[in-house]
Amino acid sequence: MKTVKLRVFRQIPSRDDSARYDTFEVPAERWTTVLDALLYAKAYQDHSIAIRYSCRMASCGSCGMMINGIPKLACYTKIDDLNTDTITCEPMSNFPIIRDLATDFTQFFQHHKDMKPYIVNDVDRGIDAETREFLQNPKQLDEFMQFSYCIKCGLCYSACPTVATDKKFPGPQALAQMYRYMTDNRDQAADERLKIVDDRHGIWRCHFAGSCSKVCPKGVDPALGIQLLRGYMMGFSKKEKIVPKRYKPAG
Amino acid sequence: MRESHLMNIHYLTGLAAIVLVGIHIMFRLIVPFAQSLEYENIIANYQNLPYAIVLELILVTVAIHGFNGLRIILIEWRQGEHWEKGVTWTCVAAAIAIIAYGSRTIIMANMAGAV
Repeated sequence: MKTVKLRVFRQIPSRDDSARYDTFEVPAERWTTVLDALLYAKAYQDHSIAIRYSCRMASCGSCGMMINGIPKLACYTKIDDLNTDTITCEPMSNFPIIRDLATDFTQFFQHHKDMKPYIVNDVDRGIDAETREFLQNPKQLDEFMQFSYCIKCGLCYSACPTVATDKKFPGPQALAQMYRYMTDNRDQAADERLKIVDDRHGIWRCHFAGSCSKVCPKGVDPALGIQLLRGYMMGFSKKEKIVPKRYKPAG
Repeated sequence: MRESHLMNIHYLTGLAAIVLVGIHIMFRLIVPFAQSLEYENIIANYQNLPYAIVLELILVTVAIHGFNGLRIILIEWRQGEHWEKGVTWTCVAAAIAIIAYGSRTIIMANMAGAV
């Protein structure tokens, strides 16, 4: 079993602490993840390391952090894959630090909420009264499917160079979610959402660096969503509002 | 004006500027480089109406594209209602001033033959 050096960023901003790095020697197997290593250090060497985590399987999006300078999920990053004996863990950039590796998601979630991340469908548009089903064909599903895999881990927000300078910019996650709901043929609030992002600090501030798509652990391509949304706003693409046929139960 | 309208103008002026500068370079290639810089030739260029129109269009497109680009950079660099309004109106005023001064030069050279 090899041993790796874990350099962990430490700071409690509310106490006016100055930032420092603490180094821990942790054992690592082939399957050890950065989260495992951090939890080992927390359990056996320093209980005060602040870290947010939950599912340990890249589903909850809680353990996002900068690992050797790149935003990654700690539970989804194997130490072996990093090809180094020193691993530096820092809080995600573009997020205020609460303590050590735990960051404040208030602004991030506010941007997400601003996009009305839910289906708005006030009028009966072909929903079967009996089954309450609204059928979608595979083509309609494909329009937004990949964007619905977002787990709101904030890695794309952390990697975005525009967010780094413009805190009013909604960021790749919120914009991709806006596209996800806008392209959903069950939704009717496209115009409302477009007004929200057609702002001085809205969708036009994306410089298409593409780092959001590169760091996404779930294979979502927020940069694609943003460009498709821009294309729609510029009139290059049209949103198909197809009302599916009413569900007819067999027999 | 909505940001999407501004950005449409931004992209269109950017593309138009590339095409117009290309046309301008082709105009310049008609005569050898050193000869094209002689005073009489430059004045003669201004008095050639298509050449003057291309120059005027380059001035307008580059000024609009450039100052809108500057506005974008500045509002990304810093946020705040006063700052953003100030930047926007300063850029609009600067673009108008540059276009007015450049147009004056082009029109005077075209009509009178002297600046």
